[in-house]
Amino acid sequence: MMELLQILQQTGQDLLGPAWLPVWTIVKILVIVLPIMGTVAYLTLAERKILGWMQVRPGPNRVGYWGLLQPLADGIKLLMKEVIIPTKSNKFLFLAAPVLALAPALAAWAVIPFDDGMALANVNAGLLYILAMTSLGVYGIIIAGWASNSKYAFLGALRSSAQIVSYELAMGFALVCVLLAAQSMNMGDIVRGQQSEYGLFGWYFIPLFPMFVVYFLAGVAETNRAPFDLAEDESAIVAGFHTEYSGMGFALFFLAEYANMILIAALTAVMFLGGWLNPFHGWPLLGGLTDAIPGLFWMLGKMSAFLFLFLWFRATFPRYRYDQLMRLGWKVFIPLTLVWVVVVAAWMQTPLWVW
Amino acid sequence: MNFEIILFYIFAAITLFAALRVITARNPMHAVLFLVVAFISSAGIWLLLEAEFLAITLVLVYVGAVMVLFLFVVMMLDINLVQLRKDFWRWLPFGAVLAGLMAFEMIWVLGAQETSIGKTAIRHAADYSNTKELGRLIYTEYVYPFEIAAVLLLVAMIAAIALTLRRRKDAKSQVVTEQIAAKKADRLRIVKMPSESKGTGE
Repeated sequence: MMELLQILQQTGQDLLGPAWLPVWTIVKILVIVLPIMGTVAYLTLAERKILGWMQVRPGPNRVGYWGLLQPLADGIKLLMKEVIIPTKSNKFLFLAAPVLALAPALAAWAVIPFDDGMALANVNAGLLYILAMTSLGVYGIIIAGWASNSKYAFLGALRSSAQIVSYELAMGFALVCVLLAAQSMNMGDIVRGQQSEYGLFGWYFIPLFPMFVVYFLAGVAETNRAPFDLAEDESAIVAGFHTEYSGMGFALFFLAEYANMILIAALTAVMFLGGWLNPFHGWPLLGGLTDAIPGLFWMLGKMSAFLFLFLWFRATFPRYRYDQLMRLGWKVFIPLTLVWVVVVAAWMQTPLWVW
Repeated sequence: MNFEIILFYIFAAITLFAALRVITARNPMHAVLFLVVAFISSAGIWLLLEAEFLAITLVLVYVGAVMVLFLFVVMMLDINLVQLRKDFWRWLPFGAVLAGLMAFEMIWVLGAQETSIGKTAIRHAADYSNTKELGRLIYTEYVYPFEIAAVLLLVAMIAAIALTLRRRKDAKSQVVTEQIAAKKADRLRIVKMPSESKGTGE
């Protein structure tokens, strides 16, 4: 595999010269983005199926075997629909908003390592880059809400911006704990820092357990997923920020939401659950049996587990009321993370820190 | 003229254009969005100078948080443009003098030093970490100024909260701990009723 890549690199270099680098980078981007798009499509199906089974009904089962072609049918339907632009809306911003929502969700994938050395960009400040990119996603929502010239969309945008700003603080502090533990902001180094002879006991979710929980829950809130989906609270404000969107604009918002979900799942896996590492590494018997499994498999397995949690939450919990949401963010998560930053910083100075 | 210099001029042009539009845009919402563009392209310039920590922090703090709150406020304000522009010509000379003074000061300060205009930035080895160097400087050499700045910000934050916090006496709020501690017996009373015999009303 590695040799094949090297041969490919070499021939490309000879053939295209200086133009090879951009071409090769675009190929790498496509290798990441296309599977994400595919996953997004089938995540929507998985969501409907799992929600269905949890509510004792079959879910979509008419298009293709077991409903397997349902995402395709949905996509075609949305593509063929008319894009309606509301009167007196700001046309340019109205059309730019879905793009602004999707772009950061995809850009953040540049630094995610899928396996040892398997990342598009090996950036030293990877963690900061992720934080910056995830914080840009809110612009799509705010601009959509404002440009729609609609009360419901506007209320959704206001809710969403307040919510995302509040939860980002907790998320940032949780990540500060991770970078304290890893002593690096490079995503690859963070995973390598969790490597040990004790398999999953070396991962950061053990010393940073409260942060692990806070990070994932804040991630659910950041992606506007149930039970934190106040921005599109259909029982109160129709569909929130995307009330006025139809056709492809609407589809892009959905793509962004699901791409963000997968991103949060990947980040939680990388930072707290050892990314591509084998959970049984170094264990007697089991370790030897599972070490041959490629790291990509573990990474994808961990991501799938978190994605299932997203869907499970949606099926289980009723939506938060707005003041409860703000209370959870400001009065529970932020104090907890602040205390834990100090605890971890002090803990690391003692010999009790074994990670 | 290598690729980096071309990038620099592109970012610089975008920054200047966006900054100009911030003060000339008629719609305040557009002005805020142009400010966002200006921030992002200046972050690009910083990235070209290998100051990745500052660049990403600029995007994270200013674009990701401060400007979101700006948008939040601007969206909710009912801004009357006519009212805003009423005294434009009256205040123009004053503003122009102020702007000229600021530009002069900046030229004075920057021009006095050996500036690097026309030179390229200092290159570092591949394992050079901008973040680490910055952290080392802040927490060793500049630790007192840094802490004073931090305390100042904290004081400003507390003062802002103290100035705007007012408790209304008639405001209703929940005590969450009480709600969680509530037992079934506190809220629910089960009344036993004998089953009624079949009426003839059917």
